[in-house]
Amino acid sequence: MGTGRADERKTTYREAMREAMREALRADDRVFLMGEDVGRYGGCFGVSLGLLEEFGPERIRDAPLSESAFVGAGIGAALSGLRPIVEIMTVNSSLLALDQILNNAATLLHMSGGQLPVPLVIRMTTGAGRQLAAQHSHSLEGWYAHIPGIRVLAPATIGDARHMLAPALADPDPVLIFEHGSLYNTAGELAPLSSPVDLDRAAVRRRGTDISLITYGGSLPKALAAADELAADDISAEVVDLRTLRPLDDETIDASVARTHRAVIVDEAWRSGSLAAEVSARIAERSLYELDAPVERVCSAEVPIPYARLLEQAALPRTADIVAAAHRAVD
Amino acid sequence: MSPARGTRKRKASPSTQGASTASTGRTTATSAAAASEREPVAGRPRTEHRRELLHAMLRIRRFEERCVELYSAAKIRGFVHLYIGEEAVAVGVNEALTSEDAVVATYREHGHALARGIPAEAVMAEMYGKTTGCSGGRGGSMHLFDAGRRFYGGNAIVAGGLPLAAGLALADRMRGQPRVTCCFFGDGAYAEGEFHETANLAALWNLPLLLVCENNLYAMGTAIERHEAQTDLALRAASYGMAAWAVDGMDVEAVERAARRAAESIRGGGGPRFLEMRTYRFRAHSMYDPDRYRDKTEVEQWKAGDPVTRLMDRTREDGELGEKELTGIERRITEEIDAAVEAAEQAPEESVEDLLRHVTSRSTEVT
Ligand SMILES: Cc1ncc(C[n+]2csc(CCOP(=O)(O)OP(=O)(O)O)c2C)c(N)n1
Ligand SMILES: [Mg+2]
Repeated sequence: MGTGRADERKTTYREAMREAMREALRADDRVFLMGEDVGRYGGCFGVSLGLLEEFGPERIRDAPLSESAFVGAGIGAALSGLRPIVEIMTVNSSLLALDQILNNAATLLHMSGGQLPVPLVIRMTTGAGRQLAAQHSHSLEGWYAHIPGIRVLAPATIGDARHMLAPALADPDPVLIFEHGSLYNTAGELAPLSSPVDLDRAAVRRRGTDISLITYGGSLPKALAAADELAADDISAEVVDLRTLRPLDDETIDASVARTHRAVIVDEAWRSGSLAAEVSARIAERSLYELDAPVERVCSAEVPIPYARLLEQAALPRTADIVAAAHRAVD
Repeated sequence: MSPARGTRKRKASPSTQGASTASTGRTTATSAAAASEREPVAGRPRTEHRRELLHAMLRIRRFEERCVELYSAAKIRGFVHLYIGEEAVAVGVNEALTSEDAVVATYREHGHALARGIPAEAVMAEMYGKTTGCSGGRGGSMHLFDAGRRFYGGNAIVAGGLPLAAGLALADRMRGQPRVTCCFFGDGAYAEGEFHETANLAALWNLPLLLVCENNLYAMGTAIERHEAQTDLALRAASYGMAAWAVDGMDVEAVERAARRAAESIRGGGGPRFLEMRTYRFRAHSMYDPDRYRDKTEVEQWKAGDPVTRLMDRTREDGELGEKELTGIERRITEEIDAAVEAAEQAPEESVEDLLRHVTSRSTEVT
């Protein structure tokens, strides 16, 4: 598969991410991929399938189950001039590397008085919805977005899966990429890239005039579906995909709220202390007088995500919940 | 890779030297390689070399004694952990490293930073929180950095520097650079998962990593028998498939020999090495520690084996170093530290407007 084909073509989120890594590995011999089962197995979600064959075991490096050690090794290798992409199987096990991410990756530049930038990319799967039960269903990207010194991305579209990695690797500081597990099989057209993705900018995925649905990651398809339903009710919903969770793009949020005067924030994390809370607070701080209705939040129920299908679905934001919240704001 | 690892495992037998002394009371830990005691080191005459070692250790000692005074005078704040008593480890190991090698240390790292060549002035200014400090005043005593000298901290999470050190070593291995990354950590760190994860990774990937465990017998107030089920640290490190041995960390020449031997085999592609440095801190854990958990006679016993006086005595016995030279060394050190304190006093504080600098590279560039 070549890169940068001009015509639109059918692909999946998974393949788009793989293609992005392949491109990076071909373009820059400082880039390597390291993580559990990224090589022989092909990545626990199949994202790196085939990369071992092309790039070999030094650059597609299978690591033992030592999240702290191989994330820390990524930090050290980045300090030494390489450009590692570290894959952590899921956000759930990233907790075992939290020390390295927070106490080293995010702080070294500052503690060293600007001497030690850490150009590291860490990718991991996040989110619920596949009946994996409490320990495999966390949405903790909001925790990471709390931390100064790191950039947090949540590509939600095939285009962003394909095109956010290059600027992430070009960033001199640590970048965390959260891939929602429900998105990997998303199939669709990959539009040609008109200009590089600006990692400081959110994306307006659908224009609207009556209400802003502000979301990211795995909740984007739900918000878009809700916008379709609302359109049938004659409500014009704008859908804002935050896609960079840190730093937040205040301007795009402000501009959208200034257009629609209403906002629903959709976030698969628990509501208390969530990213949705942060966005909501910013709207209150920056755009209160633009609002015609209280900000609504659609988040996960405050419960460890249950296994049983019905219960799990009830715990997570659903399209119907978003539609209902929008109606509350508009009606 | 597996046959090679098997060979390394068998070669790990020096660790048994440690086994004999580790579990018993061991104020008299034995040196790993007493045989070469009288040989000149690194092509320099022995007298001159010993003088340098003595100077380096005394410099750290006096620097930290000044820190105590400055702490009492409230010139320095925060957590300050003194290395007094352990100087032979940083100084001896440093002899085995080149300027190309990398060092990762702990929060008890004044000695490592000074031995590495970070000017006393830059270290002192950092303690003062001044812009001229080696971390620009953002780090303080526990976070000394010097990218140019490949000194990567100054890590205050126990064992937190180990994975990072493995990464520095990994980068060298991937690029075929014959450099060594040396990581210092305490006996307390040995109980952390990050140590064991790193030891496994380093051996598995044959990383050029020198693991130097400064076993001062305590993790804060917890004695090693109370935090390790097996106190023979080298024995356990060897189980990961790397050569590992125990060293008398109070004998700077023994430390140097062991470190040279380890660094040479690492440079030769032999993979990681582990050194258990048997040492002791003469002072409390930090400025806040009332030191209630140690027997005073134990402290006195170890002080009798002070690495500085031990080297002094050795050189005196051998007639290598007279009182006049010693006085000269002391005078030069005093002058250097006086100048460092004076410079730190005069140095500017960072403007509060710059508070948000160095959070991201962009904020580093902006101002
Ligand atoms: C992960 C972690 N846990 C606890 C602490 C608090 N703490 C600081 S130093 C220390 C003792 C460490 O002992 P050791 O590794 O033997 O080093 P030493 O202080 O003896 O040089 C503790 C518990 C910490 N900084 N990091
Ligand atoms: Mg200790």
